[in-house]
Amino acid sequence: MVKMILTGNESAAWGARLSRPKVVAAYPITPQTSIIETIAEFIANGEMDARYIRVESEHSAMAACIAAQNTGVRTFTATSAHGLTLMHELLIWASGARLPIVMSVVNRAMAPPWSVWTDQMDSMAQRDTGWLQIYVENNQEVLDSIIMSYKIGEKHHILLPTMVMEDAFILSHTAEAVDVPDQKLVDDFIGDYDPPFKLEPGNPEGYGSLIMPEDPYMEYRYMIAQAMDDARNEIRKTVEEFAETFGREYAPLVEEYKTEDADAIMVVLGTIGSTAKDVIDSMREKGKKIGLARVRYFRPFPYEEIRALAKKADMLGIVDRSYTFGYGANLYTESKAALYGHSQVPVKNYVMGLGGRDIKPELLVKVFEDMLKIARGGQVDKEIEWVGLQGDERWSI
Amino acid sequence: MRKLTIPEEEYMLPGHTACLGCGATIAMRYVLKALGKNTILSIPACCWAVIPGVYPRRTLEVPLLYTAFEVTGAAISGIREALNAMGKEDVNVVGFAGDGGTADIGIQALSGAVERGHDIFYIMYDNEAYMNTGIQRSGSTPMGAWTTTTPGGKKRMYKWEPKKNVAEIMVAHNIPYVATATIAYPEDMISKLKRAKEIKGPKFFQIFSPCPTGWKHSPDKTVEVSRLAVQTNAFPLYEVINGKYRITVKPKHPKPIKEYLRLQGRFRHLTEEEIELIQKEIDRNWKALLKKERCSQEEE
Repeated sequence: MVKMILTGNESAAWGARLSRPKVVAAYPITPQTSIIETIAEFIANGEMDARYIRVESEHSAMAACIAAQNTGVRTFTATSAHGLTLMHELLIWASGARLPIVMSVVNRAMAPPWSVWTDQMDSMAQRDTGWLQIYVENNQEVLDSIIMSYKIGEKHHILLPTMVMEDAFILSHTAEAVDVPDQKLVDDFIGDYDPPFKLEPGNPEGYGSLIMPEDPYMEYRYMIAQAMDDARNEIRKTVEEFAETFGREYAPLVEEYKTEDADAIMVVLGTIGSTAKDVIDSMREKGKKIGLARVRYFRPFPYEEIRALAKKADMLGIVDRSYTFGYGANLYTESKAALYGHSQVPVKNYVMGLGGRDIKPELLVKVFEDMLKIARGGQVDKEIEWVGLQGDERWSI
Repeated sequence: MRKLTIPEEEYMLPGHTACLGCGATIAMRYVLKALGKNTILSIPACCWAVIPGVYPRRTLEVPLLYTAFEVTGAAISGIREALNAMGKEDVNVVGFAGDGGTADIGIQALSGAVERGHDIFYIMYDNEAYMNTGIQRSGSTPMGAWTTTTPGGKKRMYKWEPKKNVAEIMVAHNIPYVATATIAYPEDMISKLKRAKEIKGPKFFQIFSPCPTGWKHSPDKTVEVSRLAVQTNAFPLYEVINGKYRITVKPKHPKPIKEYLRLQGRFRHLTEEEIELIQKEIDRNWKALLKKERCSQEEE
């Protein structure tokens, strides 16, 4: 193990390097670019043994990864925002073809207007593509999650791709101390890639042919649904094995912080978690009983963990850094769906930080105060509240 | 007696689902005969996504990766690099795509793949329209043709723009091998494929493949239509090796385009004046090709 000062993107490149993909296909996009630049340097210096396909688009990046992985090798790619949404068709293809590709996604806002700053709409719009989705909080988690994603995805009863999300700039371009594990430990932890099927001359199999309604299209989709459900236990198992091997512990699907006696629990994705933990510490000194649940895996959705949270607190405040035009944001609507029929605790959606707007501690203090008011028996005044809009006095700080 | 140069080995089994008289099916049979069993195919959305057979049956003796419509170039890049990473550099990697998937929606991935120089075959089987979806105009549809999206009507809305010349677009990428071929000249096609097999890098083929269903000719005329396309210079047969052109079939006395057009219902509406315009376009293209051949040979 070596301690290095790495940005989130360098951590992603290290996670890829240590996992030994044989093919990397990638296309540059801000703020992902330094991931694929770092990988290029690793390969150019002979430190990483992979074929590097400098494709002409993200759509082709995913197509090349799909074809390479189907030929029998581990693959890696990385993207953001418009690159990710351009891939959409092939994201569905990758999971349908049961190929455990791993991809770094640097969460960035979608245009128009052009914005390169963090916002999770890009990956939220890929919710239904059949990929595991993990949202991380720091650079160490970026690196470790890539390694774990290969191990989880490649299990023959899972065989699903994973996207590992890091918030643009907040992680991607911010350096912090990261433990870079020994290659030997990672090799032993992941093992060789051992696909149950691959393209091979002499074995005239076809992958993805036309299928009639009476043939098992529906059964293949059911198998994906089952694999995604099974992934929950595989994640639980893998974080334990990871802790044994590398000495770092991760909560499997949802990380909880000071929830045990909390009156109100804020539920978040990504780096908002770090800010919230600081705010919780300082507010708890003033006697405010608040806690945090940081959802790591959004797919598969941790519905049991969300239900358990509702048993602990009198109110859940769900924070989304994206929006689904028409009704609420994804973390909120899915949490509420999980709670329906299981809990009566009030739930409120706080939409904030879109287009990279800074989520300052002072703003979270106000949100926590609002949550506590509801927890103490107040009404949910607004089911879905946009927090921090210009000119909105209520949230001005 | 002439020696048969077409390999006897078959890598296509009976039972495919193509239309009667399908030129693209004959094209595949010859391509596999020339390249052999040590081949991996990738096929996007196109007629050939259906022709191999419906799940779980397949008529091909080589492994096959079906892909999305626009990704053939990227898919064969991925297969090639994965094989190379595993030390399997001897396997032929072949993309087999229609003209819509090549000239239109797939041209970006194709351009990227050949520019990157992967050791791949890209085969465009050109049936001059989106035939799998039922005869819609593509960039490769020839001037004057009827399709369901250029249906004529009162405004004579046919396809009046010239056919996009994909082979020349490939030549402009400075790749080692570009060729045109058609099913009426199997020995020409197979000898080109075998020559290309010896060349490392991107190899592009445009195989002219008559479609009786879409071109509205009798299914027993497929080979005749293919032959006439060459004899009228509507579809010249040539190859370009490292920028050097060689026309492989040169009609001594080119036949008038009218003979080719009148075999096909898709051109039935054309007036004498319109046929004359098409003839001029063909003559101009043929002269340009002869010049390219001469110029590129002179460079030595």
